Amino acid sequence: MPDKTAGTLATTSRRAPVIKPPKRLVGTVYRGREGMWSWVLHRITGVAIYFFLLVHILDTSLVRLSPEAYNAVINTYKTPIMGLGETALVVAIGFHALNGLRIILIDFWSVGAKYQRLMFWIVIALWIVLLVGFVPRQFMHIFGAH
Amino acid sequence: MTTIEAPRSPKPARTRRRGINGEKWGWIYMRASGLVLVILIFGHLFVNLVSGKGVNAIDFAFVAGKLADPFWVVWDTLLLWLALIHGSNGIRTLINDYTRTPLTRRILLIAVATATAVLLILGTLVIYTFDPCPAGAAANLVPSFCQGR
Ligand code: HEM
Repeated sequence: MPDKTAGTLATTSRRAPVIKPPKRLVGTVYRGREGMWSWVLHRITGVAIYFFLLVHILDTSLVRLSPEAYNAVINTYKTPIMGLGETALVVAIGFHALNGLRIILIDFWSVGAKYQRLMFWIVIALWIVLLVGFVPRQFMHIFGAH
Repeated sequence: MTTIEAPRSPKPARTRRRGINGEKWGWIYMRASGLVLVILIFGHLFVNLVSGKGVNAIDFAFVAGKLADPFWVVWDTLLLWLALIHGSNGIRTLINDYTRTPLTRRILLIAVATATAVLLILGTLVIYTFDPCPAGAAANLVPSFCQGR
């Protein structure tokens, strides 16, 4: 519950170990630098994909209504503006999927947390490779003659 | 003001719950579904956006051709259920993180749960009641295998 999260820290009980706060609030997995930004991007891309998915289930459902209704809507997906939207979608899914695998490795691989920063840059590298493969082809489809 | 226990202090007995730990299974679900979704989503994107004429190839006949094949029926059903529940559970986390009052939290959670249930039922019905050759449809709009039926 959100109202339980704000408040003062309980006075340290005798049994609990004393943990010194870090001098600068960076360098832990989720505070500052790669760890934090990967989390920010993961969250933003997750939400963006979610809202696309809601619309996408609805537009695909039109196949049950009539061929004409489905074709009318899906044809708008072939315009240059929507083509750029599809590009953005693949950009978002590409990062979310690769970083999702990084999260799974952090959680389940014995040295995952140790290498989380390196894995972030591997995610970025694979992401770029994926987009170098996808974007030119997509632009060919939406801007090229067909 | 509420009090936060010092980190790693022993959990008071009264907050320990019996039975199924929903948050734990949600956490596991995000990871298990994520692994399968990597395959399902990239396969989906490749077939629909990359191969052949890409997005330009998609129309009723294209979808009808796919849904006439049990392989894609299973693929799309898994994609629908795994992705929508994964996404909705992720949004649940965001609602828990960002809402400031129990009432807005409740309203948003109910909205997401309702949208999820409606879309799962709608999507599943579409996949399993779909007719690739609807009666009276123009021949140029339906798959070629509809001729002579
Ligand atoms: C491509 C395969 C995918 C993988 C590998 C993946 C992986 C993950 C993982 C591991 C998490 C973290 C959960 C946690 O921290 O407990 C997550 C969160 C999330 N995912 Fe995915 N996911 C994928 C696809 C999707 C799709 C298709 C959607 C939208 C429909 C989505 C929406 C979300 C959202 C909204 C969150 C919550 C973000 C947050 O808590 O900050 N994901 N995903």
